[in-house]
Amino acid sequence: MSSFWHWWVVLLTLGNIVFIAWLIRYTARRNPGEPAEGETTGHVYDGDLTEYNRPMPRWWLWMFWATIVFALVYLVLFPGLGNYSGVLGWSSTAQYEREVEQVEERLAPIFERYAAMEIDQLQEDSQAMATARRIFGNECAVCHGGDGGGTVGFPALNDGYFQWGGSFEEIQETIAGGRQANMPSHTGLDDEQLDALVAYVFNLADRDVPDPDLIPKGEELWDQQGCFACHGDDGTGMTALGAPDLTRGVYIYGGSAQAIRETIRDGREGEMPAFADRLGEDRVRLLSAYILQLSQ
Amino acid sequence: MQASTTYNEKVVRQFTIMTVVWGVVAMAAGVFIAAQLIWPALNFDIPWLSYGRLRPLHTNAAIFAFGGSALFATSYYCVQRTSGVRLFSDRLAAFTFWGWNAVIVLAAITLPLGLTMGKEYAELVWPIAILLAIVWVAYAVVFFGTIATRRVKHIYVANWFFGAFIITVAVLHIVNNLAIPVGPFWSYPVYSGAVDAMVQWWYGHNAVGFFLTAGFLGMMYYFVPKQAQRPIYSYRLSIVHFWALISLYMWAGPHHLHYTALPDWVQSLGMVFSLMLLAPSWGGMINGIMTLQGAWHKLRTDPILKFLIVALSFYGMSTFEGPMMSIKTVNALSHYTDWTIGHVHSGALGWVAMISIGSIYALFPRVFYREWYSVRLIEWHFWIATIGTVLYIAAMWIAGVMQGLMWRAVNEDGTLTYTFMEVLNATYPYYMVRLLGGALFLLGMLLMVYNVIQTLRTQPVQSEQPDPAEQMQRAHA
Repeated sequence: MSSFWHWWVVLLTLGNIVFIAWLIRYTARRNPGEPAEGETTGHVYDGDLTEYNRPMPRWWLWMFWATIVFALVYLVLFPGLGNYSGVLGWSSTAQYEREVEQVEERLAPIFERYAAMEIDQLQEDSQAMATARRIFGNECAVCHGGDGGGTVGFPALNDGYFQWGGSFEEIQETIAGGRQANMPSHTGLDDEQLDALVAYVFNLADRDVPDPDLIPKGEELWDQQGCFACHGDDGTGMTALGAPDLTRGVYIYGGSAQAIRETIRDGREGEMPAFADRLGEDRVRLLSAYILQLSQ
Repeated sequence: MQASTTYNEKVVRQFTIMTVVWGVVAMAAGVFIAAQLIWPALNFDIPWLSYGRLRPLHTNAAIFAFGGSALFATSYYCVQRTSGVRLFSDRLAAFTFWGWNAVIVLAAITLPLGLTMGKEYAELVWPIAILLAIVWVAYAVVFFGTIATRRVKHIYVANWFFGAFIITVAVLHIVNNLAIPVGPFWSYPVYSGAVDAMVQWWYGHNAVGFFLTAGFLGMMYYFVPKQAQRPIYSYRLSIVHFWALISLYMWAGPHHLHYTALPDWVQSLGMVFSLMLLAPSWGGMINGIMTLQGAWHKLRTDPILKFLIVALSFYGMSTFEGPMMSIKTVNALSHYTDWTIGHVHSGALGWVAMISIGSIYALFPRVFYREWYSVRLIEWHFWIATIGTVLYIAAMWIAGVMQGLMWRAVNEDGTLTYTFMEVLNATYPYYMVRLLGGALFLLGMLLMVYNVIQTLRTQPVQSEQPDPAEQMQRAHA
């Protein structure tokens, strides 16, 4: 803040407080010629509206003065008057950093113990899994559900399948760094072609296809549109790209013919946010062990 | 009928009727979205009925349509009577009525369509915001023109408050809405980042301070002494609490942004000025309630006076609560919880709606020249509204404190004790109580509608202005 604005803030703030203090003192005093207590001011409005010239209640005045004194003391102790940082040298950033540091210090022994454990040890440690479950409940459940069952647009984590890979390391990577999935749109396809592709995708998962005659045409389009490039020749997907396995009959964005059709035509963009900064390495590792257990 | 030719009572009658109409609309919308919070399926998968779009409709309807119409009606009535002169311009006054209602109807169309500026309580898209500014300037011309041509020497205290409310709302509305239009319904604010947030809450809190406080204090200063038939308690108190209130309120906005990217020094100023607001706010309450000195017995017999005095009590309660919540350590618990919703509604239902309803009950017979069809219905309305308000705010207090405590509970291992879902589940019983409270308040308003209709249908027109204070006493005896 430039010194102009600093003084601007200081003068406006103190000016207003001084004005209030003057106002209270000036009005509390009885000026010569004013009507006596218990009499009205002499103003009459709308026939019968009048005002007593009573003094202000004393307890109320004291309350007012108390808040003014509190304000002034506070502004001496804490930042408030422009650039002036206050006698106590307090700042919200410093308070936050100090509190985080204290918490981290207190928690360090717990997480050091977890860090030294192997994955199967973690999964057998009820305390570790309780911690992980609570982290999951607060950080993951909002999208993936409290039981990890997922919902439309957010994959299930409890069915043993992970589109980005289900190893301990891959899951840690997914949580720490996040993932960007991209199913491109195919707006050039007409209705008939979309029906054929849907039929083929149904067939990949051995689902009943209402019109099996469409399957060969769907297969043709599968090759032509390059679906295999991500989902693989046999439709089993590719973890490196996060392209899901289509042979399972489980779909992130819904498995109805209509939903699959929309997915092919309009494309989908999935985003798993990165949690490395928010949770730190130890918690990500603990969470990965928990999610792996959830999926088994 | 001399008064009806001296004064412009037509525009007052129009705004009086619309206060009742918009009150029902605003409260019905509130009850509906309160139900949606319990049963989300009530949005019927229709975008226009989704909570995110109806909530601003509810707040705009309550504050601007209901509260605004009540302020127009009472300020136009009060300024003429206490200045001893007709409104400055009948045509401009008529323009404010039709313009204001046009803004409300446009808001009721655009908000459900999802057209919004995205600023709380300032959602209107820029063309409607401009129309609103024009209407408001016309309002200022009518009001201050009337003051300027008054036939009495002094300006009555109610008009100080109405005047401060009109000037400040114009400034707030214009400054907060400064934006660069990029299409018929889209614009970018000229501010960015923390500055934008600060301007928004400078607006937001002064909308509370000037629209919802100063304006309604103006209403109070006319109708409480009228209905109690007693002089105002203390002229000196009026002076101090008026100037202190309007100068200190300007600083209070930052308490909406505690523990955010807003610089520490601004947060401190917001907090200490909010604390200094306690006394000036209570000054209004004291001056209103103590005006009953020597006439306390009327509280037993006069349901209109009950509305006015209970409104002042809720005003005192919420203006004590507000400064407390602005203290940073309290705010750390209360912020983002339903406590805030409880606080807002102890102001909105307890203060704003009760003082408006009481004032309309006192104003209606005076401008329609008919006595009320039923005093008993007013009595019923009072009790139903009071019980509804208490249920609503008590439920939200408990829910809010519970949420704050559950959110901050931490286990040994540093994890949060409760997930968000667990906290939400724990809140449902209170949402039910809140819905019940809101529904009761709406029910009371429907009694008022019935009373208005029956009064207009069955009550004979009188040549002299009836005095509702007398009618209340007569009905009791």
